[in-house]
Amino acid sequence: MKKLQSTWYNMVIVLTLICAIASGVLAYVNNKTQGPINAINQKNLEDGIRKVLGDDKVAIPEPEKLEDGTLIYRTEKGVAVQSVDPLNASFGGGLTVLTGFDTDGNIKGYTILKTAETPGLGAKADTWFQEGERGCIIGMNPSKNKMAVTKDGGEVDAITASTITSRAFLRAVNAAFHAAFGGDVDVCTNASAQQKSDEGATEQVNN
Amino acid sequence: MNYLKVLFNGIVKENPTFVLLLGMCPTLGTTSSALNGMSMGLATMAVLIFSNLIISLIKNLIPDMVRIPAFIVVIASLVTVLQMLIKAYAPEVDKSLGLFIPLIVVNCIILGRAEAFAAKNNPVASVLDGVGMGLGFTIALTLLGAVREILGTGHVFGVELFSENYGALVFVLAPGAFIALGYLIAVINKIRG
Amino acid sequence: MGSLTQSMNKLIISLSPHVHGGDSVQKNMYGVCLALVPALAASLAFFGVGAAAVLATSVLSCVFFEWAIAKFLLKTERCTICDGSAILTGLLLGFNLPSNLPIWIVLIGALVAIGIGKMTFGGLGCNPFNPALVGRVFLLISFPVQMTTWPEPGQLTAMGADAVTAATPLGLLAAGRIDEIPGATDLLLGNVGGSLGEVSALALLLGLAFMLWKKIITWHIPISILSTVAVFTGVLYLIDPTTYVNPLVHLLGGGMILGACYMATDYVTSPMTRKGQIIYGCSIGFLTVVIRLWGAYPEGMSFAILIMNAFTPLINTYCKPKRFGEMAKKGGKK
Repeated sequence: MKKLQSTWYNMVIVLTLICAIASGVLAYVNNKTQGPINAINQKNLEDGIRKVLGDDKVAIPEPEKLEDGTLIYRTEKGVAVQSVDPLNASFGGGLTVLTGFDTDGNIKGYTILKTAETPGLGAKADTWFQEGERGCIIGMNPSKNKMAVTKDGGEVDAITASTITSRAFLRAVNAAFHAAFGGDVDVCTNASAQQKSDEGATEQVNN
Repeated sequence: MNYLKVLFNGIVKENPTFVLLLGMCPTLGTTSSALNGMSMGLATMAVLIFSNLIISLIKNLIPDMVRIPAFIVVIASLVTVLQMLIKAYAPEVDKSLGLFIPLIVVNCIILGRAEAFAAKNNPVASVLDGVGMGLGFTIALTLLGAVREILGTGHVFGVELFSENYGALVFVLAPGAFIALGYLIAVINKIRG
Repeated sequence: MGSLTQSMNKLIISLSPHVHGGDSVQKNMYGVCLALVPALAASLAFFGVGAAAVLATSVLSCVFFEWAIAKFLLKTERCTICDGSAILTGLLLGFNLPSNLPIWIVLIGALVAIGIGKMTFGGLGCNPFNPALVGRVFLLISFPVQMTTWPEPGQLTAMGADAVTAATPLGLLAAGRIDEIPGATDLLLGNVGGSLGEVSALALLLGLAFMLWKKIITWHIPISILSTVAVFTGVLYLIDPTTYVNPLVHLLGGGMILGACYMATDYVTSPMTRKGQIIYGCSIGFLTVVIRLWGAYPEGMSFAILIMNAFTPLINTYCKPKRFGEMAKKGGKK
């Protein structure tokens, strides 16, 4: 077959055809994969919630949605909150954390849903703050413990050489707590925000 | 045309990373571990094979003056399809590579091979070229990832060679990618003579 | 033509043999080493055995790596280890490390400084970046924990991990604990935490005076760096003394003087003309303050010098010395 000449007519026809076929294929694949993708996302979220609450069978209700995108799942075993770093100032940005609290606001578990932190450094946040690790936050309560890195006068050991990620992570956890249990979140300065909101949060919980 | 030669051309003689120095962005960005490098290489290879095949099939239908936009549409659609398939059927791969897959679109190896090879050769040779170049890219990325992972963390493919405390973190970060790539290219040039 | 013959008369041109000025690579390199002796003594006085071990390892391994790479990898005929540049690199690298650093990290630093920083580019005179700083920055990024754990001065027998650690003045500044920063006297003498060679500003300034007296370096680079830093931090201090500290802390704290006098003035990696050196020095000062005050690292001196090393060829291109007669030609065209 001879090669088509670059006339206006040929070029318009060919490009239109290629685009039409490509979009047709994309629409078809999208249609076919949308179901499985949604199912996987839903399953990941449910697994995450069950993991952070430490209960395999708990029923998961519809979430409460807040304006900033925070999602709150109030189950009978506690509250799971999907929150982001409110300043969006982690090293890679877009840090999204799912934190589980018991009904008193003690942290039962956490998992990182979305991260773009540096492998080997900030990405360690996935394990660093878990039970038995150096920066363990399990069992802490943002209304009683000062949940900031030790450098800022808090109680949590920051990830070695990744203070920025650690701060962002703790901001996200604090934001999760305040979304679920109330309290005034002034996220601009971690340390002072902590003191201010601590009092507010304690009152709310006691009520 | 010697098909075997076409196949091996991409792996050694015209290795896209070490010899042609194409696709540096994913090479430097995704090779923080051997596994990441290999997965990125394989994903690129899949796109490369299909884009070479399709472009070589339709090469006579595309007028010369609009060939680049036409190639880009084909490649971008392929990558998007691949991304959706991986998300739906291989969520584990998506977890570690999800961020990088859209980057395959702008990988110049793919457009480069479409322009330099597939647009001039028959479909069989084009597919073989895609396999060869893809394998060359995969090997290079795995090698670079392994070097960086070993020096940076003491691990490779999950096997611990020495304690992570002795790893030089810089190799996991961007500057280490440049240093490791530079010395790898030097070593490979030396070996190739 | 008249002016040309006039100036020609001022230049005495004779046949060879010419008298040699006596300047050589060796003389200058050992001169700098000699200028570092007061700082060396101060570091031994404050950090004792630890400092001696780190410095000895650093110098010996730098010389060894240079010899080994030249002999086995580059296969050069001429041996370059006697010119003193490897010894100087080793000394400066050691000065940039904490005295409680594990020895194996010092070895890696020496390998990177000589191997990556110098020999990869072809040895002395060809390296675009200061080798000692390449080694230091590599270690700082690679081993952030060990590289930022500073021993408290005065523990003469402590080696390795036994030493009690202390914060550096700039570390305190970055953490916002301004009131705990030591006073100017301590900073001047060096009785503070920090890398082993950078703590005593007084000893380093003595060395600077020696180098200026012996005409090993000119004043342009150190003075332009220090004055830029003084002016920049001084203005900020006047605007808001509660957030920004006294410029003296910036001048005497951290690697400022060590960097300005000994690292930035490296012949190979700094611009050739006076004008270029001042542009280079002011830019280093500016970048250092920016990194110290707003960057992720408390100390920015080494990064600033390396960044400006990269700009040195560009500065050299734009600050070429006027060729003899060039002005007259330009004037003539107009």
